[in-house]
Amino acid sequence: MKDQITWKVGGQQGEGIESTGEVFSTTLNRMGYYLYSYRHFSSRIKGGHTNNNIRISTREVRAVADNTNILVAFDQQTIDVNAHELVTGGVIIADEKFSPTVDDALDVELIVIPFTETAKEIGSQLMKNMVAIGASAKLMDINLEHFYEMVHTLFARKGEDIVESNRKALNAGYDLMAEKVGHLNLDDFKLNAPDDKEKLFLIGNDAISFGAINAGVRFMAAYPITPASEIMEYMIKHLPRFGGTVIQTEDEISAVMMAIGSNYAGGRSFTSSAGPGLSLMMESIGLSGMTETPLVVVDTMRGGPSTGLPTKQEQSDIMQMVYGTHGDIPKIVLAPSDVEDAFYTTIEAFNLAEIYQLPVILLSDLQMSLGKQTSDPFDQSKVEINRGKTVFTDMEAHETDYFHRYEDTEDGVSRRPIPGLKNGIHHVTGVEHNPDGTPNEGAENRKTQMDKRMRKLSNQLMKEPFKVHGDEESDVLMLSILSVNGVVDEAVSRLDEKVTVIHLKQIYPMPIEKLRPYLDGAKKIIVIEHNYNGQLTSILKMNYAGHERIASILKYDGTPFKPNEVVAEIKGIIN
Amino acid sequence: MATFKDFRNHIKPNWCPGCGDFSIQAAIQKACAANGLEPEELALVTGIGCSGRLSGYIKSYGFHSTHGRSLPVAQGIKMANQELTVIASGGDGDGFAIGMGHTIHALKRNIDITYIVMDNQIYGLTKGQTSPTSDAGFVTKTTPDGAKENPIAPLKAAMASGATFIAQSLSSDIKGLTAIIQEALNHKGFSFVNVFSPCVTYNKINTYDWYKENIVDIADLEDYDNADRAIVSKYLEEHNGMLKGIVYQDKEAKSYAEHIESYNDTNNVHETPEVSENDFKELMASFK
Repeated sequence: MKDQITWKVGGQQGEGIESTGEVFSTTLNRMGYYLYSYRHFSSRIKGGHTNNNIRISTREVRAVADNTNILVAFDQQTIDVNAHELVTGGVIIADEKFSPTVDDALDVELIVIPFTETAKEIGSQLMKNMVAIGASAKLMDINLEHFYEMVHTLFARKGEDIVESNRKALNAGYDLMAEKVGHLNLDDFKLNAPDDKEKLFLIGNDAISFGAINAGVRFMAAYPITPASEIMEYMIKHLPRFGGTVIQTEDEISAVMMAIGSNYAGGRSFTSSAGPGLSLMMESIGLSGMTETPLVVVDTMRGGPSTGLPTKQEQSDIMQMVYGTHGDIPKIVLAPSDVEDAFYTTIEAFNLAEIYQLPVILLSDLQMSLGKQTSDPFDQSKVEINRGKTVFTDMEAHETDYFHRYEDTEDGVSRRPIPGLKNGIHHVTGVEHNPDGTPNEGAENRKTQMDKRMRKLSNQLMKEPFKVHGDEESDVLMLSILSVNGVVDEAVSRLDEKVTVIHLKQIYPMPIEKLRPYLDGAKKIIVIEHNYNGQLTSILKMNYAGHERIASILKYDGTPFKPNEVVAEIKGIIN
Repeated sequence: MATFKDFRNHIKPNWCPGCGDFSIQAAIQKACAANGLEPEELALVTGIGCSGRLSGYIKSYGFHSTHGRSLPVAQGIKMANQELTVIASGGDGDGFAIGMGHTIHALKRNIDITYIVMDNQIYGLTKGQTSPTSDAGFVTKTTPDGAKENPIAPLKAAMASGATFIAQSLSSDIKGLTAIIQEALNHKGFSFVNVFSPCVTYNKINTYDWYKENIVDIADLEDYDNADRAIVSKYLEEHNGMLKGIVYQDKEAKSYAEHIESYNDTNNVHETPEVSENDFKELMASFK
């Protein structure tokens, strides 16, 4: 009996690989298992190898597994590309249709089942995925009842016939597999019972979207891009329930400027994109900083530069997000520590943007945005909305022509009446301006206003700018962000050495005074990140002097770190 | 009730004496007052250029944005609060060069805002370079041998982009322009008003007199019908776009917001936007 198994399904893009993985993983999540999935895909609609890697566990998992136990193959390429990842004695379940073969050198079992042929006999070859799932269920000794429920959820609206055919396909796969597994030790493929905790199963983009709705977003503007599109799609589906709507704009500049306009008017709006879109938005992000208009932009990082690796994992926008836009503006850059945290950090991003009247970049990465995974349920009682110094009611009459919207204050933040209010009229401009918003390029005023804006970053910003995992006291400190956090936690748990892990959530401004006790106490500080230049490492070095103790683990081949790789890298550095 | 004086502030415009923009400013102030608006009910968004300064010269909520991007900001404001009157404004460089993509899409999207372009066929603030509406052969600092490109035809482009309100006038005709802006503000949908606003410093060709001589008032065209697309297109072609008046209007078209059944709230700005316990639970259940 096992505490974890990795099941992987592969085939040609567009032939239902995604939905096969979806049905299989959703069912196992409903049974109570913890899951972590990774999609390998390309930027094309049909064709090209794709696979869905699903790690199933009786305990929390937040990383791609080192290897695979079961590989379901709909084509030979799936075997050729993935068989080497199988554990010794691992099983390939392949469709008879393509006469599958496997390299003799590999110590794995190849079981051939007529997925397509059986599905055709039942009624349609579309159901070949159900035959494959049925076969997998037999191998893993999972009662088909669990899958029947899922089939009902998916196909009830299409009629009883369709539901029945899919059940038949599941049964057929199960029975065909039963004839082939006599010689296997089935304990190697059977999972222990799961716990009975309530669990969600979602992608990071879902958590961000749900967070945005709870933060009060009622209008969104966005332009489609991988891997951010799911956010706008979620909002399009669910905002109408709250009287809201989404505009798909002509480009990312329009999207971010609409969000700025809407926020200026007192709404809560945002946009989401990836590297190329963020590059286009840079001037507008500067406008938000200069005009002190709240703005939240989600950047789901993917492989760069240029079009780069649009469907692959990377964290190479960090420098641009922190330092991008011309001139000096106050900006906050956040990175949720995991999918569950993405919900709460999104809400905090909206609050910070409004409390401090500045742009907040909410980072994600492709693996966090699209890797479907188990999460604890979200707690509505923890949802807090803070609208800062935004003014929503008519103001008192005043002597001056314009309200002094940019009055200098101790914390750098001034009252922000929204359009429509009596006595709140003021001017807003990206040109350097007086307290009332009218242009003023004078030296003294410039200094006052610049100091006022930049002073905002001296405030206590995030409530919890990082989380500490691993050993509280140790000689080795690991620093990571986003989806890498889960891999590092798992790698560190396998090491004999004591290691402290920091999941950094407020990347900028870096909470260096709070980090200092951890940094000072470490003999080795290892920053692990998905990019070539060590961007997070550089930002740490700009803020902290102990450069000789800082090392980087870098990966930029488009695939997420695996725990065994990280274990080896850490050992290489500390030994 | 507010008069046009209530739309004035303490700022003295930095436009050159004789600039066409002064009259456009006055026409907007008069039209707003005539339509019964209060200054706080108006949000005026501008881009960059001489014309971009307008947001600071009219007493209302003013937002001076970035070059070419007044329309997205204006549309965002309207989507947040349908109760506000929103005017976007800028020059020909702002709207037909760097911002042309936004212009076309704002025309087709038909959100209920008004876009006033101050078209002087030259880049003024950067001191005299060719503009997207400069005529072929026009000599400027950047086209010393005369402009080699054909000019953009804003009205024809608007027709082709699904516009529901297209008007054009001269800054010198304050009365006529005021009436047009009043109608533009009343139009349910996106209203586009192109105003020829002579640059007295850098454009010695397209002068006040030149525009008066070359523009044709649609009132003087006997069979003109501004609801008939074929007639509008015919005359735009015949007069090379130089028509004056409300050149085209589709009074039946629904505005963007009217297309969205769920978007029935006229003011979608809520101080404490809430998600009910039931909605929270239902949406969370979809993640299982």
